Amino acid sequence: MSANTSTLETGTIYVSPTRRRIFGIIFLGIAVLIWLFFIRGLDPEMMTTMRLYPGGSKIVLDDWEFNSLSVLRILAFACAVLGSYQLVRGFNKRTGLILSLIGGMFVFSFLSWAASGGMLNLAGMLRIMVIRSVPLTLGALSGILCERAGVVNIAIEGMMLTAAMIGTIVGSVTTLWIGLLGAVIAGGLLGLVHAVMSIKYRTDQIISGTVINIFAVGITSFISAKFMQPYPELNDPGIFKPYEIPVLSQIPFLGPVLFRQNIFVYSMIIFVILLTFLLFKTRWGLRLRSVGEHPEAADTLGIDVYKTRYMAVILGGMMAGFAGAYFTLGSVGRFDQVMTAGRGFIALAAMIFGNWMPVGAMIAGLLFGFSDSLAASLALLRVQIPSEFLLMAPYLITMLVLAGVVGRGQMPAADGQPYEKQ
Amino acid sequence: MSKSEETAKVEKKSAISIFFEEVSQSSLIVPILAIISGLLLGGLLVALSSEDVYTMWTVNPLQAISNGFKAAWESYVTLFTGSFGSPSKIIAAIQSGEGLEIRRAINPIFESLVKSIPYIFAGLAVSLGFRTGLFNIGVEGQIFMGGIFSVWVGYSFTGLPVYIHLPFAFMAGALGGALWGFIPGFLKSKTGGHEVINTIMMNYIAFRLTDWLLREPMKREGSTNPLSPIIEKSAELPRFLADPIRFHLGFFIALAVALLVYWFLFKTKWGFDLRTVGANPHAARYAGMNIVRSTIGAMSLSGALAGMAGANELLGLNHHLSQSFSPGYGFDAIALALLGRNHPLGVVLASLLFGTLRNGATRMQAAAGIPIDIISVMQALILAFIAAPAIIRTIFRLKEPKEAEIGVRVSGWGGS
Repeated sequence: MSANTSTLETGTIYVSPTRRRIFGIIFLGIAVLIWLFFIRGLDPEMMTTMRLYPGGSKIVLDDWEFNSLSVLRILAFACAVLGSYQLVRGFNKRTGLILSLIGGMFVFSFLSWAASGGMLNLAGMLRIMVIRSVPLTLGALSGILCERAGVVNIAIEGMMLTAAMIGTIVGSVTTLWIGLLGAVIAGGLLGLVHAVMSIKYRTDQIISGTVINIFAVGITSFISAKFMQPYPELNDPGIFKPYEIPVLSQIPFLGPVLFRQNIFVYSMIIFVILLTFLLFKTRWGLRLRSVGEHPEAADTLGIDVYKTRYMAVILGGMMAGFAGAYFTLGSVGRFDQVMTAGRGFIALAAMIFGNWMPVGAMIAGLLFGFSDSLAASLALLRVQIPSEFLLMAPYLITMLVLAGVVGRGQMPAADGQPYEKQ
Repeated sequence: MSKSEETAKVEKKSAISIFFEEVSQSSLIVPILAIISGLLLGGLLVALSSEDVYTMWTVNPLQAISNGFKAAWESYVTLFTGSFGSPSKIIAAIQSGEGLEIRRAINPIFESLVKSIPYIFAGLAVSLGFRTGLFNIGVEGQIFMGGIFSVWVGYSFTGLPVYIHLPFAFMAGALGGALWGFIPGFLKSKTGGHEVINTIMMNYIAFRLTDWLLREPMKREGSTNPLSPIIEKSAELPRFLADPIRFHLGFFIALAVALLVYWFLFKTKWGFDLRTVGANPHAARYAGMNIVRSTIGAMSLSGALAGMAGANELLGLNHHLSQSFSPGYGFDAIALALLGRNHPLGVVLASLLFGTLRNGATRMQAAAGIPIDIISVMQALILAFIAAPAIIRTIFRLKEPKEAEIGVRVSGWGGS
């Protein structure tokens, strides 16, 4: 292993000279990319317009118009300066921060270039980004709950898919809220299956997760083809309508983006805050994490490892079930076969990218949601980049993170290891 | 009672119990019971999802239950005739003496074999990974890469003779898969990035790549659907019999490759190294084996085998690339490799079973209205039972085996 960063006991991160230079070259490379692809061949008269007002709030923001070329030049220059400094002196501890800053500048220059001579609805795009990030963040929270307790959960996809279907059927027969409850319970039951297989029978946790994923695809497609297509009344649960939060929704720009959404978006924000508090500030969270870091030690101190893991995995399943309900009850209002389309795995990626932290998972979820919403709006811009490549971005970023290019995360130490009581 | 009589009695008793003990501890008992349980539970699902049960329930519950089991029985009969052909039809066709009729009657058997070919390749791919201690969930993506490469060679080169074009296209498929296996293998050994996550991510990269290729560069001219051009005749895997029998050369290639994998794993030094790394990486490192090379080599080989599955499907059956040419062979292959105990012979047998099931299920969907997805449910259940033999042992009250059962163990996300 060529780990270039090592976390010292004091907690400060030491950046090796090789690593510093690699980052410097990456930063300079981004400056060159901006110049090569965006600045060259751009008409100096071109203007870019960003729309900041998606409608709805009382305060109307004007469109933001600027000269594409000069803004791009400034951004490329900034990247080059930061890259040179990194190459010569290095930002040390702040390297990660600078990296995200450069990433942001690259994305912004891409948008300015793509929308030059036209208009980009920035507020609308961010609104879609928030919506698209909901299942990713909630799914990642499900993964965090399981993995912080030491159980790998690659079954987020299967849990979401099954819950989406159960939520639809229950919601169609009864009411929307009971449908949501049904989805959460369905997710919890699959969590229980995962827990029994991986904790009681000590099956390999990845195989157990694969079982759930294959089973979920089979059973949902089966029931959908057998019952939901011949009886469309079973596939009509309705949909949670957006709910405007009275004062906050009037904030210019942020209001329509964040506070004019449906309950899933609000729940996402609440769950992220709640889980951060519970995991890191309460005795419950400490116990859960200790079981995932060092189960033997936790056992010695009188913590019931099995019970804690069962609870964590079932709660994780319920969270995945809630995330699954978003697909049907919060987004489309009906169930389609294999409708999660791999989002459970992007959620897994968001969890890793977010370093097993709820807030990190939400940032990763928003980032991946952004690439999703960008892919959707590319067709409106005059861009030659195929949307498929943007959809690949979350996967590529995750592989880079895992390879340690952007700094390796700290996973729970006993993640994936079954515990056998002595 | 004399003493000798007593000992004879004891011995007689123990002979029977020894037999049961032997049976219950045989390494074959768990896979067989897993298959039986999977089929039974699948039947239960068919019975529960039969509409007759619910329409009759309020009138006569007993009648409803018997209706359900009748439905399950009938669909399993359809499954059987769908995968092996119906005996009465075959006899009637032979009596009629008409070539087309005979071919139609015996087609199901050949179709079952055709359906098991991709399973053999994909199952070998997964099991080669497991043997080296690597979990290759990326077989599905590698199948797509194999398909892309082989189809591209298949239609871009014209005027080549069959004996050059066909091997060229097939090996191009293997190369595409190998490339998609090499990357996670490289990342695992050089950076410690876990192959499970990397292969999952590479699956989706392969899917998006296929979408793009079929939308832009590889799109068939004049077609509104995302389909690639049709490959040249010289790149097709030859079929042996006239229509409708699609049985082709791929089946024998698959058997040969399985034999080759067996020889490689158990008769060569390389294979020994791979197996040692899989069984005990620490011992392997201590013995001076090159773990980096084993990891990269095993993932590339595994990918190559998966790529062959893609090449086989497209060069043998479809003759063009489409977005959904693989109905999840790569994921089914995980169940299959474990069912076959990661042994090439076991994989071939398990593939024949899965291919037969899938073929029969296709017929069952058409004739009895049972969605083909029931196959995935059964495969998931079989996988669960093999992966957790304790479940099967509890259900059937089997004794614990003397030796530890071969379990598959994958290390945590952090890699090494």
